[in-house]
Amino acid sequence: MSARDDILGAIRAGKPAMNAPAPAVPSYDDGYPQDREHLTALFAERLTTMGGIWQAPTDGQNLDDALQEALADKLGKPFEDAVIASNVSEVAGNRGINENDDPTTLHDVDIAVLRATFGVAETGSVAFTEKELTVNAVAYLAQHLVVLLDPAEIVTNMHRAYQRDDFAGARYTVFHTGPSATADIEGVLVRGAQGVRSLTVIAATANA
Amino acid sequence: MSTNQPDPAATIQSKTATREPQPRPAKAPDGKRVDHARSAKQFLNAPEHAKSHDTRVWAMRTKRDKQAHTIEEWEELRELASQIKTHTLTNLGSYLEEFEANAKANGIHVHWARDGAEHNRIIHEIFTDHGVKSVIKAKSMLMEECGFRHYMDGVGIEIIETDLGERIQQLDGEDPSHIVVPPVHKMRSDVARLFAEKLGSDPENDDAHYLAGAQRDATRPLILDADAGMTGANFAVAETGGFVVCTNEGNADLSANVPNLHVASIGIEKLVPRVEDMGVFIRLLSRSALGSPITQYTSHFRGPKQGGEMHIVLVDNGRSKRLGMDKFWSSLKCIRCGACMNTCPVYRRSGGLSYGATYAGPLGLILNPSFDAHRYSNLPFASTLNGSCTNVCPVKINIHEQIFGWRQVLAEEGHLPWTKKTALSAAGKVLASPKGYRAAIKTTNSALKHLPRWALYNRMNAWGEGREMPTPPEHGTFHDWYKRNRLSGQTKATTGSDSR
Amino acid sequence: MRIGLFVPCFIDAFYPNVGIATLELLERFDCDVDYPFDQTCCGQPMVNSGCHAEARATEALFVENFAKYDVIVAPSGSCVHQVRDNLTAVEQTPEVKHVRENTLELVEFLHDVLKVDAFPWANFPHRVGYHDSCNTLRNLGHGKPSELHGAYFSKPRALLEKVAGIELVTIDRPDECCGFGGTFSVTEPEVSAQMGRDKIADHGRNGAEYIVSADSSCLMHQSGCGARIGAPIRFKHIAEILNGATQ
Repeated sequence: MSARDDILGAIRAGKPAMNAPAPAVPSYDDGYPQDREHLTALFAERLTTMGGIWQAPTDGQNLDDALQEALADKLGKPFEDAVIASNVSEVAGNRGINENDDPTTLHDVDIAVLRATFGVAETGSVAFTEKELTVNAVAYLAQHLVVLLDPAEIVTNMHRAYQRDDFAGARYTVFHTGPSATADIEGVLVRGAQGVRSLTVIAATANA
Repeated sequence: MSTNQPDPAATIQSKTATREPQPRPAKAPDGKRVDHARSAKQFLNAPEHAKSHDTRVWAMRTKRDKQAHTIEEWEELRELASQIKTHTLTNLGSYLEEFEANAKANGIHVHWARDGAEHNRIIHEIFTDHGVKSVIKAKSMLMEECGFRHYMDGVGIEIIETDLGERIQQLDGEDPSHIVVPPVHKMRSDVARLFAEKLGSDPENDDAHYLAGAQRDATRPLILDADAGMTGANFAVAETGGFVVCTNEGNADLSANVPNLHVASIGIEKLVPRVEDMGVFIRLLSRSALGSPITQYTSHFRGPKQGGEMHIVLVDNGRSKRLGMDKFWSSLKCIRCGACMNTCPVYRRSGGLSYGATYAGPLGLILNPSFDAHRYSNLPFASTLNGSCTNVCPVKINIHEQIFGWRQVLAEEGHLPWTKKTALSAAGKVLASPKGYRAAIKTTNSALKHLPRWALYNRMNAWGEGREMPTPPEHGTFHDWYKRNRLSGQTKATTGSDSR
Repeated sequence: MRIGLFVPCFIDAFYPNVGIATLELLERFDCDVDYPFDQTCCGQPMVNSGCHAEARATEALFVENFAKYDVIVAPSGSCVHQVRDNLTAVEQTPEVKHVRENTLELVEFLHDVLKVDAFPWANFPHRVGYHDSCNTLRNLGHGKPSELHGAYFSKPRALLEKVAGIELVTIDRPDECCGFGGTFSVTEPEVSAQMGRDKIADHGRNGAEYIVSADSSCLMHQSGCGARIGAPIRFKHIAEILNGATQ
């Protein structure tokens, strides 16, 4: 008898004989703002609470400038020297990411620029799949993460997020909510634990 | 090079720096009962550590309350989570089969392990097949249960904890004391001393940012060099064959995505039926654990990355047996949030290591006896049965009632110390006899009245260690008063308690 | 309605005033109260230690003494919880079920059954920290525990607020256990005493002159801790205050 048989057999023999139907799960988002502007504002507020940075670029400002504005004082080196791996057409970057890259070659990336598939207002989270990441590890090896988010892709809460079909299709789907953090040492909140030291979300409508 | 952090070369010692040595409760030898009370005493004898621990862990409870009180549907969410888990557990076989089929269809290798030893062997084989010498891993209480790291130490495969808290404990040769915050019992000066010894950092610099930075810098090269990565799983979704891992550091994502081989250890009780169910659990998990709306990273793995390989080991290790226990199977609903530990007044004052087992606090009291009834037979008595744990549990496990239930099981299976059993048997006889009972009270009160202090307060009197004994009432018992004032046909007094 | 008064063993032995106050209080409301003379104990000490078989005879005696009453009232949350929820060592005859279903703790009897809206004789001009015992709060539903989301309510405070002169204070950890826990107090004496001292300190720094509770066992533990450290705080059972004690 294989372990599988043993385990399934033990389960079937012992499990409680009760009828416990699966409950219907409501979406609980009636109280959320109905309009784009207020929902985006809520997203920004929640993102900030979780340690993320919200950047609404001023009219006409191009994204390269917005990036520099967001990160120039965080890098610890001149911006011109930063290694920027961009996965978005709006930002040029100076390091390419290819699907078959060995992840460890990305160890020196200072800034990774990605587009989120969608955002969640309840928590201030942004979502990526392997499609947006190209190499999954880039979002964790980079020192800083900049995320383009189309405000039209912000859903209300986690119930709505999990009603989407991204999870059934992608191999890897991840919510980032602010930067990496820990409070393991005497409860002191430290940002930039193992992953990125900062996460900046820039509102940017997706190109067609 | 760190930028938004203090200059590592500077010496910064916080005001809370303490010279008090870190309390290290003695481990019960093999075959012996864990003596929680004794270890708790050792912990309390380090008052700065004890106070810091209680304050810090209570803060997590307070943060959790803030979330719970501001979400209108909080109690509904708990009820939904409980019902989803109950439904899953009562159909666990089918959901496991569905999960396995979908995982395999996605290209994931699925293994089954009856117990910890089998789990370790299976993973050892996978590692041997792939020439794995070093492994980076995220936190997993299941792997702790299986003694995984000790096994790997024995066969020469290096395991590197990537979670800061787990790494601290690993470097210190200690088990985690809390399932979410492993070094919660340590003060920053303890970590400073530890890192100075193991990582070469400045022993006088106990700034948390500095120390976290030291670990980040020391661990990054190990992450890049690792041959394989391991994670546990918070949830396994039958509908997709995928699993979910929640962390705040992103270390699970590093462990899973940097090396080409990802092995995940998953307890069979982690199943949930559908992706949509995750909305309920994700909204409850981090709020219950730390009082934050969500963990910084919520990762869903459904298949190996391009060019990578993914293995899952589904582990039983006593879970199917517990599923068959009428009073205790619902403990399998647990989503390992740690809220019960945070609210438990006994856990907060005794520290997690005093439980001498993988799981501490209320969760430990109801799980550990099922692993080893004799060794953990004291644990269900390390509780006042106050019930706060039951109220914070996001999946509504009736924890304090199960603690009560385990006491009965242990008593009936002969695990109580014979002194206790004898005393309670005697008490049962005295209390069942009106005459015997009256005599006992008379004797007790007489003793309290007449014995000198040294006779009343000594090592034999556990009550008297920290408390004064109650004073015997001057005019006798209630029974005496009733006899004197009411039985002889006197009318009721209505002027208050002065007539006696 | 014939009421059987249950005076728990430790109240009988150490705090007879609580039993007296309870009896007198019920009589003030013209209740027909009897005190079965041969009562002993509810079985809690054995049951809470897992020794149910050893509690059987005591539980049987309890039922024997109280079966004939319509309602059984006791000034003790822990004992009432034991009777209502855990008196299972004896065979569950209709008599046993009747006793179990009709055993009430004093506060819930006054609040839910008599629906008392005034205590004209009562006067307690002091600052009081009310201690919700875990048994009354979480097992008997005396109020909303701080863990749960919901509207706040508290039966004991609703009664105490009707007492002239009383000032109720709020403490930092409103319903953290005080550490008595039955045999826990002697099997884990250090943790138990630490919890007791912490509880007293919490009341003290929030200005309480008295700690008042519906459970004498908690008060016995806290007053024992308090006396050891010389804390100036005093202790009173709610029955005594509602019955007109002024100090």
